[in-house]
Amino acid sequence: MEYEANAVREFAVLEQLARLGRIGIGSLEQLGRGHLLLLQVLAGVSELLTRPRLLLNQLFSVGVLSVLIVAISGTFVGMVLGLQGYYILSQFGAEQTLGVMVAASLVRELGPVVTALLFAGRAGSALTAEIGLMKATEQLSGLEMMAVNPVKRILTPRFFAGFIAMPLLAAMFSALGVIGGYFVGVGLLGVDDGAFWSQMQSKIDLYDDVLNGVIKSLVFGFVCSWIALFQGYGAVPTSEGVSRATTRTVVHSSFAVLGLDFILTALMFGE
Amino acid sequence: MTQNRTMEILVGAFMAAGFLALFFLSMQVSNLSASSGGDGYQIQARFDNIGSLKVRSPVTMAGVRIGRVSAIDFDRKTFEAVVALRIDSEYAQAIPEDTFAKIFTAGLLGEQYIGLDAGGSATFLSEGDQITHTQSALVLEEIIGQFLFSKAEEGAKN
Repeated sequence: MEYEANAVREFAVLEQLARLGRIGIGSLEQLGRGHLLLLQVLAGVSELLTRPRLLLNQLFSVGVLSVLIVAISGTFVGMVLGLQGYYILSQFGAEQTLGVMVAASLVRELGPVVTALLFAGRAGSALTAEIGLMKATEQLSGLEMMAVNPVKRILTPRFFAGFIAMPLLAAMFSALGVIGGYFVGVGLLGVDDGAFWSQMQSKIDLYDDVLNGVIKSLVFGFVCSWIALFQGYGAVPTSEGVSRATTRTVVHSSFAVLGLDFILTALMFGE
Repeated sequence: MTQNRTMEILVGAFMAAGFLALFFLSMQVSNLSASSGGDGYQIQARFDNIGSLKVRSPVTMAGVRIGRVSAIDFDRKTFEAVVALRIDSEYAQAIPEDTFAKIFTAGLLGEQYIGLDAGGSATFLSEGDQITHTQSALVLEEIIGQFLFSKAEEGAKN
């Protein structure tokens, strides 16, 4: 009897171990599938160049339709930065450097990161849902039946649209944020107009700050589109599966963006 | 067809707005318009102590920025700091050879910069020349030390 109980306990431990192993193997398998899909997507670039209209359509749904939320968020984030920055800086008598604070935090961090988070919520989830539904309604299989490669035809244009749209959206976010900060700082709180711009121009560097921000948003565009496409293409073809995949897209994209942001910041700005 | 056309126009407007924003960031926000890049000429100045002067710190004359610090080295024979100043090309033939170079601090907590006091000579510095009259950065601890020392001397005399 005691021997049996021991055997059961041993079995339970082994079962736990096996479950852990399954999770490990499963995540590695996911990672591998993701990279294989990425290679297939990138291999479709030659076909994309012969059909630029596909890219145009996706730029519309990924880029143009995200402009409104990005523009509004950017303006308000800049305005809040102006208010908060003025409050802190005026305690040190350094209101003149408000422009530097607003522009540096927008161009280096908030522009790329917040745009990527908005992009994941607005465009990434839509991409996943669209592709997942295409899979659920067997449109992707239909394409394959007609000897059209669904990865090259459906996924590649969406991937590159996200990759191109993200830095443009992030630039709009930062530019509108600076203008929002200018409006609050100079227009409402009475910071000197000339000092606001000249301090900004003397402290913000084109390569160190602006270009690194653009590189950041390129990386985020790459990762967010990749995650969205992978989740959509790998979704379980049921309504529940698509809904789960959409959630995973937003969660994984946000994690990836915030984690990568730390690494990129450490690489770029850490001296 | 018309729907395609509007889409094309909208995508075009989106791309244009994106590039416009990038252009705004690089021209208005950053220092692209202010820095003149690689042209200009380089002169040298030697200091006993440069404080916290950094590469890219401004070089001013009568308060006008005429160049930037392009390199800072240490001379191991004379134990001096060798600072290379890149002066914008529009200020060629503007620095007399007996010019005085001092390291100042902008504001109480501000960054340090090099201020040039023009001399009276009719010959001007050009590429590779050296400023001979220099004054080091003021290090707060040293000033306080000197002050205490002079006070102590005064006290000893009385």
